[in-house]
Amino acid sequence: MPQTITEKIFSSHCGKKVSAGDYVVADVDLVMAHDTTCAWAIDPFYQIAKKVWDKSKIFIPFDHAFPAPNIKMAALQSKIRKFAKEQKIPIFTDGVCHQLMAEKLVSPGSLILGGDSHTPTSGALGAVSVGVGSTDVAIAMATGKCWFKIPQTIRINIKGKLPKGVFAKDIILMIAGKLSSDGANYKTIEFGGATIRKLSLSSRLTLTNMSAEIGVKSAIIEPDEKTVQYLKENNRYSQFDPKELKSDSGAKYEKVLNFDISRLTPLVAQPHQVDNVTTVKKIEKKKIKVDQVFIGSCTNGRIEDLSVVYKLWQGKKLNPNTRVIITPASRKIYLQTLKKGYLQFFTQIGAIVTNPGCGACLGRHGGVLDDREVCLSTTNRNFMGRMGSPKSLVYLASPATAATSATTGYITDPRRFL
Amino acid sequence: MRNWLFGENINTDLITPGRYNITTDPKELAKIVFIEYLPKFAKKVKRGDFIIAGKNFGSGSSRETAVTALKASGIKAIIAPSFARIFYRNSLNNGLLLVTADTIRIKEKDVLKLDLKNNYLINKTQKYSQKIKIPEMMIKLHQENGVINFLKKQGLNALSKIIQHEEKDEK
Repeated sequence: MPQTITEKIFSSHCGKKVSAGDYVVADVDLVMAHDTTCAWAIDPFYQIAKKVWDKSKIFIPFDHAFPAPNIKMAALQSKIRKFAKEQKIPIFTDGVCHQLMAEKLVSPGSLILGGDSHTPTSGALGAVSVGVGSTDVAIAMATGKCWFKIPQTIRINIKGKLPKGVFAKDIILMIAGKLSSDGANYKTIEFGGATIRKLSLSSRLTLTNMSAEIGVKSAIIEPDEKTVQYLKENNRYSQFDPKELKSDSGAKYEKVLNFDISRLTPLVAQPHQVDNVTTVKKIEKKKIKVDQVFIGSCTNGRIEDLSVVYKLWQGKKLNPNTRVIITPASRKIYLQTLKKGYLQFFTQIGAIVTNPGCGACLGRHGGVLDDREVCLSTTNRNFMGRMGSPKSLVYLASPATAATSATTGYITDPRRFL
Repeated sequence: MRNWLFGENINTDLITPGRYNITTDPKELAKIVFIEYLPKFAKKVKRGDFIIAGKNFGSGSSRETAVTALKASGIKAIIAPSFARIFYRNSLNNGLLLVTADTIRIKEKDVLKLDLKNNYLINKTQKYSQKIKIPEMMIKLHQENGVINFLKKQGLNALSKIIQHEEKDEK
């Protein structure tokens, strides 16, 4: 029977040929838990085990609030450090978990479990990567296993050339708007089509990352020569058979959606739901004053994003009423900004460049919002209170829209500045 | 007993906001449930109350504290037409009962009863009963008070026992 790439990856991890709807116990290749979800995994772990199943396959990054902004967060991190020391697992502090996994750990064809809802991000490299809570992480750290229901696949084909000023972020905001926040609940999205083949891995990561906002269990892009190139750039060599690691012709999809993006315009998600999407052109007319612009995160904190910002700001000034925070997604990206001269430029122009990590995305540190403040953010979530006060307002957009708005002081369409 | 009525897409940032989500103590977490969205909830919720919600309850983050906090608050079950998948999984693992059912008719003061043998939700006040969807593993892990207790008793190889009675879901 023909299989989707997701069914193939599950099959190779549970020792039998499976299809959507089957319940299986599968072996995982990697378990990730970060500076918050790991803390809650420790007690359940010690209730069922003494030693982790394989310390080389457990990844613990501190990213959500690092360095610790308060005593409670410091206590959670101490608790995790103690556990990591007991289990001889190194702790990483050099960026957002999903970015670090893409750079260092994910191989095409892997099955990955992560204690974070944006774990599907790693699917951009052709892996099945599933977000879970701390108890599932604890069980997987003890056993190397997790039970799964094999998800149905929604195939999304994208064709057309991206217009100037329009980016992967706009594509995924369009899809979120059309499918709504539970449009792919329990399912996997498989992105394909001519546009996807042309997209860089950086842009592909934006798509799989924000698929979480449509409810997916995982999101995947069949690996290709661009994937091989990305791995090489990160000093990694993965062996996979591109003829095998793709969906068979005749594979069963729950549905197939086709989008032509050649007329897509910059989009923005309005408070307080990611699927509350409209065009930047419409929003611009409302002249919504922006108190803070945040450029960063596992969605849009890569060098490709920061180079868009760098180019847009040449010869410009930041609006004095808007504070701008930039958080590179990893140390590698931070060093790239240093080497390319971006860091000096961003700092001179008046933006605040922070250490790599999640930054202001989840309202715990480094740019918390007050009542009625407006933030235009390149992140993935704009829920009520996400970045600070429940009375603050978060709009989500591409780095180009964010950078342009940082110069004008209100939400602005970037196209006429390009 | 009362029913706490909520709308659609109640996300984990509303249940346990990130900024308060910095303790592993269930009792402390019970104090912060809906701390900004519905501050009276944590003070007035009583053991045995139900949460009645619209679709996609528990969307957003993977934070298990949303489930830990709701369970520690004493609620008997959450009834909604659909749940976000990580929230559903976390509830299974913690033994918090989730019932998938249409909730549009249910009022705040209706007296509800769950018949978990035959899978019915009985509305005693409005005098009707409706079929509910609840997988066998949900009932089992609820009875065992969570997957960790289950694995402690049965051993780590019992992971496959959780899913052994689930039939292939073609939809």
